[in-house]
Amino acid sequence: MKFLLDSDTWQEIYGSIRKNKTRTIITIIGVLWGVFLLVVLLGAARGMENGFNKLFGDFATNSVFVWTQRTSKPFKGYQKGRRIVLNTNDIKVLKSTYKNEIKLLAPRNQISNLVTHNFKSGTFNVSGDYPVLDQIQKKKLIYGRFLNKNDITTFAKVAVISEDMYKQLFDKNVNPLGAYIKINAINYKVIGVYEPPTTVDFDNDTAYIPFSTFKKVYNTANRIDWMMITANKGVDIELMETNILQTLKSLHDVHPEDKRAFGKANLGKHIGKVTGFLIGMQFLTWFVGVATLIAGVFAIGNILIITVKERTKEIGIRRALGATPKSIRQQIILESVFLTTVAGMLGVIFGAIALFLIDYFFGQGQDAALTNPTVSIPIISIAFILLVVLGTLIGLIPAHMATLIKPIEALREE
Amino acid sequence: MIRIENLHKSYPIGKDSLHVLKGLDLHIKEGEFVSIMGSSGSGKSTLLNIVGLLDSHDEGKYYLNGELIENLNEKKAALLRNKFLGFVFQSFNLISYKTALENVALPLTYKGVARKERLKIAQEYLEKVELGPWANHLPNELSGGQKQRVAIARALVTNPKVVLADEPTGALDSTTTDNVMDLLRDINNEGMTVFVITHEEEVAEQTKRVVRLKDGVIISDELTNTTKAI
Ligand SMILES: Nc1ncnc2c1ncn2[C@@H]1O[C@H](COP(=O)(O)OP(=O)(O)OP(=O)(O)O)[C@@H](O)[C@H]1O
Ligand SMILES: [Mg+2]
Repeated sequence: MKFLLDSDTWQEIYGSIRKNKTRTIITIIGVLWGVFLLVVLLGAARGMENGFNKLFGDFATNSVFVWTQRTSKPFKGYQKGRRIVLNTNDIKVLKSTYKNEIKLLAPRNQISNLVTHNFKSGTFNVSGDYPVLDQIQKKKLIYGRFLNKNDITTFAKVAVISEDMYKQLFDKNVNPLGAYIKINAINYKVIGVYEPPTTVDFDNDTAYIPFSTFKKVYNTANRIDWMMITANKGVDIELMETNILQTLKSLHDVHPEDKRAFGKANLGKHIGKVTGFLIGMQFLTWFVGVATLIAGVFAIGNILIITVKERTKEIGIRRALGATPKSIRQQIILESVFLTTVAGMLGVIFGAIALFLIDYFFGQGQDAALTNPTVSIPIISIAFILLVVLGTLIGLIPAHMATLIKPIEALREE
Repeated sequence: MIRIENLHKSYPIGKDSLHVLKGLDLHIKEGEFVSIMGSSGSGKSTLLNIVGLLDSHDEGKYYLNGELIENLNEKKAALLRNKFLGFVFQSFNLISYKTALENVALPLTYKGVARKERLKIAQEYLEKVELGPWANHLPNELSGGQKQRVAIARALVTNPKVVLADEPTGALDSTTTDNVMDLLRDINNEGMTVFVITHEEEVAEQTKRVVRLKDGVIISDELTNTTKAI
């Protein structure tokens, strides 16, 4: 490896590259294009992924929502059109049956009610929730905090309201924290104000109060209107959803094929589709990029072979002057590696510039098509190692050809 | 310095083979200035290539500097060429994208001499062939005679034992021919063994010993008048 540090080696490479400008440029363009494509496509794919993540970002992406509707099939003596009511027992059963699959399970009761503060009022959703909702759908709080465990155990009369509710019910520049709002003739202390999510939202403007308080105030007993369930990592969310629904159907004497009895929304399913699409795109990107790269490297090899033929005489002269086959081989392989890596670097640089421009034109603002299109350092490193390896391998062929050249044949006068 | 005994060389041509050298005996001592003459196809270049370790012989013995040459691999041949031999060709064979100075310095690269040192030595040899001012010119900016002098400087730069020249004046006019021959004679006068192939009687006359080849055998081997006169 000492020859790598030798200025002569580089002098030689510089000389031969300077002499063969056209072929140098052509070979460089081949590999450059491959790397460029790889960087830009991977970056764009990453940008799309980031975009999707931003869209679904505030939601636990592997979650199922379940609520009740009316049955559409008679079963076990029941008429169709019966209204199913979920209860706390269902939760217990689900939690124990699927304790390996379920990560979080949050029940919820909901009602629409008039909410007033001083002389202002509006009709909003009021929802009895557990603090864990914050983990399923992250709440961005402008003021205060979200519900906590203590609120549940103490049946606290507290509420977390949306920004719009705050604007509608309060005068400008009034601190809402600690103020009381009236829902159904009962006073609740405002403990937090949240910003509605810009992306996917199921709740619109809702006043969140503790689940226990809701139960007491509205006398819901064991009734539950909603369930939000998130799955552990690696769990097939669709399978879990199907199983859970079957369990619920059998608990409530619902016909197993009744598709109407329960309402459900599976965010994970949609996200799964998107993720699948993104993975497909990344795969395609690698495929296209690497194929182009290999084509580029082959072009380099090919041109080096031509060069070796063109340089037969020169190689013969060098041999006559004492060049060993090894030194000739080193020279040509190094030339190949040098060309591929320089081309690769240029490809990365141009690719980065392109990504920067793409980000500048398409990546700005809330609903941009791409967010932060970037390529990670490890990927660049992999591409580089690939380049050096390919460059060496492809350089071996012309290098071997060059050592086969007999000086006497190379030097024979025409 | 060079001792050849019963040397044979054939080239395969299809199924047949062409017997080019048919049992040569030749002894060249250190410091000699020998020319080889003979008609085209008589085997002069073949002989020189064998002597220059660029080609192998079929039969007989070849001693270079007392060392028997047999079973050479490419690496060993390259080392011996670099150490003992300097080449001058009819068509100069300079590397076109290197300057005169770099061309002269090239054999030193393979000897492992550091760049700075190399260029210094190369410059000295260029001065010696009176091309000092042309050091940074590319070959295509030089005349034929100048190119050949660069080639001679390159042959000398490793301080070899023998300089081998295959028709060094073949591409030159008579004035430059005399120039080049004067230079070779100077080198010889400094003690270098010089071995030249030529077609021209005038060139052969300027050497000290003429060997004549015909159909692969030596038909005469005599000292020239120049030598006798001394
Ligand atoms: N590699 C080869 N394969 C086959 N035949 C060859 C080869 N090299 C030389 N010959 C033949 O050997 C014979 C001697 O060739 P050589 O080059 O030694 O002649 P020469 O005396 O140098 O002639 P010239 O004065 O024209 O240079 C010629 O007939 C030539 O065709
Ligand atoms: Mg010849």
